[in-house]
Amino acid sequence: MDLITQPWPWYVAGPLIGLVVPALLIIGNKTFGISSSLRHICAACIPANISFFKYDWKKESWNLFFVAGIVLGGFIAAQFLSANHQVKINPQTHALLQQQGVKDFNGLLPKDIFSFDELLTLRGFVFMVIGGFLVGFGTRYAGGCTSGHAIMGISNLQWPSLVATCCFMAGGFIMTWFILPYLLHL
Amino acid sequence: MRNIKYLFAGLLFGIVLVKSEVISWFRIQEMFRLQSFHMYGIIGSAIIVGIISVIIIKRFNIKTISGEAIAIPDKKFNWGNVYGGLIFGLGWAITGACPGPLFAQIGSGFLVTLVTLLSAILGTWIYGLLRERLPH
Repeated sequence: MDLITQPWPWYVAGPLIGLVVPALLIIGNKTFGISSSLRHICAACIPANISFFKYDWKKESWNLFFVAGIVLGGFIAAQFLSANHQVKINPQTHALLQQQGVKDFNGLLPKDIFSFDELLTLRGFVFMVIGGFLVGFGTRYAGGCTSGHAIMGISNLQWPSLVATCCFMAGGFIMTWFILPYLLHL
Repeated sequence: MRNIKYLFAGLLFGIVLVKSEVISWFRIQEMFRLQSFHMYGIIGSAIIVGIISVIIIKRFNIKTISGEAIAIPDKKFNWGNVYGGLIFGLGWAITGACPGPLFAQIGSGFLVTLVTLLSAILGTWIYGLLRERLPH
């Protein structure tokens, strides 16, 4: 049981995530990808006569079941399969983040940034609302996210996916190294 | 009902995301600061297993459980891969979550991530609205 409640190492988690690719192909000829679900939600709820959202989203409803499963899996893992402990990050990262203004290291997310109370502060707004917007806008513009491009696309040796993945990383490095220190001090 | 199997697949995937701390904002910070191998190990080994699986499926002409031939659509390059990729990367480092982990965070009790998710849906919608005017 201890093995389960402890965080899983990369060499267990990574291959399991990789197996989602053949699993979805074999159970229903579906290609792994999560950000599409955001498009289907738009198409289902607020199509607003925009051509990008005029398609039969019901045909893609498997994707919505998949993401609903992720929510459920998150619940099960957090409720029944986890012991509460801090994420053991590199002490250097810890020290640096502390220096940059992060105070709460107790959970999976820093609660001094991500909470309903913080939503009305400038910093909270930037981290949750602006950040989320960039994720949704960027993934659709790029035609996929970490799952659709980095894992599914590269697994199928698609060079555009490799380009997209390099850009994901480049964007992340630019933000982390040059912009985030200022945002954390907002 | 035939969609239940995808719910189950997502459930297992969600458990792995939480148990490996991929959904942790701190893990993403560590990754972008090049101070840990954890995330690189996960994404790298997932890709290797994915590549091998796709090779095996193609090589042995493996069919779906209902007997269909497996077809994986090609990804066509457009400049959105670059511009959108950079924009997503900027957001990923702020929220500490790509779309999969957003859903897993909500399930694991971070209800405030619902706000981030709604904002991501809005971002997708605005992309749809502006699509024809954006460079691709």
